Amino acid sequence: MSPIPPPTSAMQPVLRALRLPQFGWGSKIAALVLAVIVVLTLLAQWIAPHDPLTMNPLARLKGPIEGHPLGTDNFGRDIFSRVLIGGQLSLIIGIATAVVSVLIGLVIGMVAGFFRTADAIIMRMMDALMAIPSILLAIALVALNGPSVGSVIAAITIPEIPRVVRLVRAVVLAAREEPYVEAAIALGTSMPKILVRHLVPNTLAPLIVQGTYILASAILTEAILSFLGAGVSTETPTWGNIMAEGRMFFRIKPELILYPGLALSLCILSINLLGDAARDMLDPRLKKRAG
Amino acid sequence: MFNRLTATLLASTMLAGTAWAETTVKAVMHSGLRVLDPVITTAHITRNHAYMIYDVLIAQDSQFQPQPQMADWAVSDDQLTYTFTLRDGLTFHDGTPVTAADAVASLKRWGQKDAGGQVIMDRTASLEATDDKTITWTLTEPFVPMLDMLSKQSALPPFIMPARVAETSADEAITDYTGSGPFRFVEEEFQPGLTVVYEKFDEYVPRDEPADWMAGGKVVNVDRVEWVNMPDIQTAVNALSGGEIDYIEQMQVDLLPLLEGDPNIVVEKREPTGMQTMVRMNFLHPPFDNQQIRQAALKAIQQEPVLAAMVGNPEYYQVCGAIMGCGTPLGSEVGTETLTQGGGVEEAKALLEEAGYDGTPVVLMAPTDMVALATQPVVVSQALREAGFTVDLQPMDWQTLVTRRASQAAPAEGGWNIFITNWMVPEISNPISNPMLNGRGDDAWFGWPTDEKVEELKENFIDATDAEAQKAVAEEIQAHAIDNGLLIPLGQYTLPQARRAGITDMINSPVPVFWNLQKAE
Amino acid sequence: MLGYILRRILAVIPVMLLVAVFVFLLLRLTPGDPAAIIAGDMATPAQLERIREAMGLNQPLHIQFVTWLGRLMQGDLGVSLISNTPVSAMIADRMGPTFAIAILTILMSVAMAVPMGVLAAWKHRSGADYAVMTFSVLGFSVPVFVIGYLFILIFSLKLGWFPVQGYTPVGSGLGAFLSNAFLPALTLSTIYIALIARMTRANMLEVLGEDYIRTARAKGAPERTVLFRHALKNAAVPILTVIGSGFALLIGGVVVTETVFNIPGIGRLTVDAILARDYPVIQAMILLTSFLYVLVNLLIDLSYSFFDPRIRY
Repeated sequence: MSPIPPPTSAMQPVLRALRLPQFGWGSKIAALVLAVIVVLTLLAQWIAPHDPLTMNPLARLKGPIEGHPLGTDNFGRDIFSRVLIGGQLSLIIGIATAVVSVLIGLVIGMVAGFFRTADAIIMRMMDALMAIPSILLAIALVALNGPSVGSVIAAITIPEIPRVVRLVRAVVLAAREEPYVEAAIALGTSMPKILVRHLVPNTLAPLIVQGTYILASAILTEAILSFLGAGVSTETPTWGNIMAEGRMFFRIKPELILYPGLALSLCILSINLLGDAARDMLDPRLKKRAG
Repeated sequence: MFNRLTATLLASTMLAGTAWAETTVKAVMHSGLRVLDPVITTAHITRNHAYMIYDVLIAQDSQFQPQPQMADWAVSDDQLTYTFTLRDGLTFHDGTPVTAADAVASLKRWGQKDAGGQVIMDRTASLEATDDKTITWTLTEPFVPMLDMLSKQSALPPFIMPARVAETSADEAITDYTGSGPFRFVEEEFQPGLTVVYEKFDEYVPRDEPADWMAGGKVVNVDRVEWVNMPDIQTAVNALSGGEIDYIEQMQVDLLPLLEGDPNIVVEKREPTGMQTMVRMNFLHPPFDNQQIRQAALKAIQQEPVLAAMVGNPEYYQVCGAIMGCGTPLGSEVGTETLTQGGGVEEAKALLEEAGYDGTPVVLMAPTDMVALATQPVVVSQALREAGFTVDLQPMDWQTLVTRRASQAAPAEGGWNIFITNWMVPEISNPISNPMLNGRGDDAWFGWPTDEKVEELKENFIDATDAEAQKAVAEEIQAHAIDNGLLIPLGQYTLPQARRAGITDMINSPVPVFWNLQKAE
Repeated sequence: MLGYILRRILAVIPVMLLVAVFVFLLLRLTPGDPAAIIAGDMATPAQLERIREAMGLNQPLHIQFVTWLGRLMQGDLGVSLISNTPVSAMIADRMGPTFAIAILTILMSVAMAVPMGVLAAWKHRSGADYAVMTFSVLGFSVPVFVIGYLFILIFSLKLGWFPVQGYTPVGSGLGAFLSNAFLPALTLSTIYIALIARMTRANMLEVLGEDYIRTARAKGAPERTVLFRHALKNAAVPILTVIGSGFALLIGGVVVTETVFNIPGIGRLTVDAILARDYPVIQAMILLTSFLYVLVNLLIDLSYSFFDPRIRY
């Protein structure tokens, strides 16, 4: 199994990371690109030349024409507007997945790390969950709940949880051997207090790094789910379902895959680069491990 | 001795004609074959499979007329007794001869499942094999469409199986795939959903008449037919261009430009009638339990945008308001001007207001994994919204849709308000077999309208004695069905087929068949 | 050592049992009714009910589970609800293409990624290093189907080097196999190459800083020996780990590439089965892939001691 990152001391690395000048030029470009994408998607309602849902089936699959800088899709909807707006839901799905899986993983990992009795059972369940290929699990979950935004988030979140749990548990296991934790236990400090005051801070740094990776991979997974026919409705565009719909027309209108694909890839690329930079900053020992 | 010599000579001349190599036709059909029992399902791909390996007593020709296939028939003067006589030389793939008992067992199993078959069975006094070759079918009252029902090519034709197979319960899938058709099913090479292999059945004796749709001689000129399923049509197009396959049953019209200019490929409309796409509403729940609101939905929709988004090129779709199909004997477009020409939105708004529509969300089920059904819901939902409906477009896979449409629960509790489906025009061209025109409440097709008027009109249709009278009743049915919103026709379309130029003499029947065709190497 | 191996193997049992329970419950709680898909468009509710009865879908859940588990123990994976074919036969039929392409993918990835990683570490902070690093992040950032379509567009349609789709078994000749399998494997490889190159580089960097490497160099060992004999061997453990944990990624990728390239493998079989609610097939496939995942990782854990003598159990 993959090497478990050792814990680091409390909050300092997080604070250190906030001093941005330490980032290299690569990360700065990444931050800039990401900022541009985020701002564009946030302002999409105002920037987009068209309503992304207004269709005109009689003017479908047109190349770039006046008023449609990237052309129109198979319903005659404006591709440019759809890609802009599509970023919103893609990012929301990514962020929600990252936050939810980190929070749930944190709680379960804490319990597993701190309570020996629960540990074995929880970890066996996590092993089982991890053994199921995440894409298959996600498609099955979407089939279970219907392809709403909520169920897509749940379907991507659930397979991510075991990885977070393992991480948190390892940090907690190591931390509870530390003298200050043992001292706190000996002094009769209440369990919640120990967890929140001493253990949670230790997990912050690795969790932030893990969170960015989950964010990136969730956006990617959403696209793959859409591609396999288990994504959200075409009435709520995401980068993923724009591409999924466009795949039928790839040879006559590759733009339908290329533009959302470009937006999505740039976005994930910058998130990944920033994640790497954050990891280097937060935990120099991790840097040696994963480059 | 002499016989053996002629046989050898004959064989060698025949072989010289076709060369030594085996001819294999590789075809991409509209979907993967998974269910092998043509009685248990109405899936078109299973029916197509059945036409390969089974034969039928009587069959439809290109004029929609019944013709002899396995059997000739005679009708008694009182129109109550039909006698079918099997022709000589009929053999099952296991070598046993086809007998009247086999046919009777097959017809009885079919009669439990098929809508038309059920109507006949309700009027059947007796159906029995009077000798090895003769089937005698006696009715309790005359039933004019009898031969039409027995010869129809969709959705569920009465295929003839060995009696031992036909004795399987009609709710259980058969496991023995012995037929007497022109091709033999190669079970060892069957990969469900992926590949199906058929070999020419050498002992099949075709009729002497030339092939005409499903009637006439089924002469097989190739040794092997392989159906391969491909996950998307683009892949299939690439494979056709590269000569890896010979035939695509249904092309997506948008991709036709990819094949243009290739002299090795022919794109054509296979059959004249095509498919109908249509909306079905649920009569049990608000808002569509109200006739005015159903009418509002009908007025809100215009066919052309739906068809354009679905098909693209206008050459391959046809605006058509006839619930029984344009270009069929009974097709009539009465009452559908707004559907075909537009301009009904204001009327729809007025109707909604008059009916006191309160904004109840309309649950519209939208399948995402069926190309031929994915676009209509999106366009329809936009049209309904423009007229003032609140629409809840729910994407789902086709399997969830077919499960959920069977639910009579309220839309908020797992039920539904609207879905869209497609039919082959021959399936809906007759009021008896058109499932939309069943007004028997819980026994009706999904949507469950209780509509005594349509049932009454259908009785009139059955009693109508000549084509003229039938047509008059059919027009009344059309007017009533549109007024009551039994369905909203969205128009007709044809997905063209594409073939390598070396494949010739294909029959242009609604069901694609592989006899008669030739393959040049 | 032997005790450890035994313990690890025994630990697989509860995990697999949990997977089984999980998969079974997940599927049976899914809305969707295989009877409806079998019956087709014209079936009435009463007919559906009779088909459901005949298929055993009306029995209580726990009975269905026990029946299924009991048969499973005897190696009987059941019969497809849709096509009536034995599930084991269906899987056996479709396994070949998937495994052949997966193995080719791993071979190609290792063959490309390890030298890339070694190069990047050796020429640390050079142009080559940055190129490798950029590529390895890029590999994670582009959806696998986009890569697949790009490759088809470039290598098949523009250049005409490979067929667009399809699969030829290895049995029909290596050349024929490769002409079909190369593009899908290359597509699948990108993410793997990214992962392995990163891992290799990081570990090489770490190992190259160690004393024994400096000693080897001081003793005048040729650079190639230093890199590949001494350093890479020590970097092998984390690389193996990546291959193991990347197995799940591979499965996910296989599902997508089999769709893009029309390969008749088990990935498509599974997706089709999920869409059709063919429970026995889905259950068998998820169990099988989970079991493979557990097995691959077990083997990799056990092989650590082979590559890294410092690890002893």
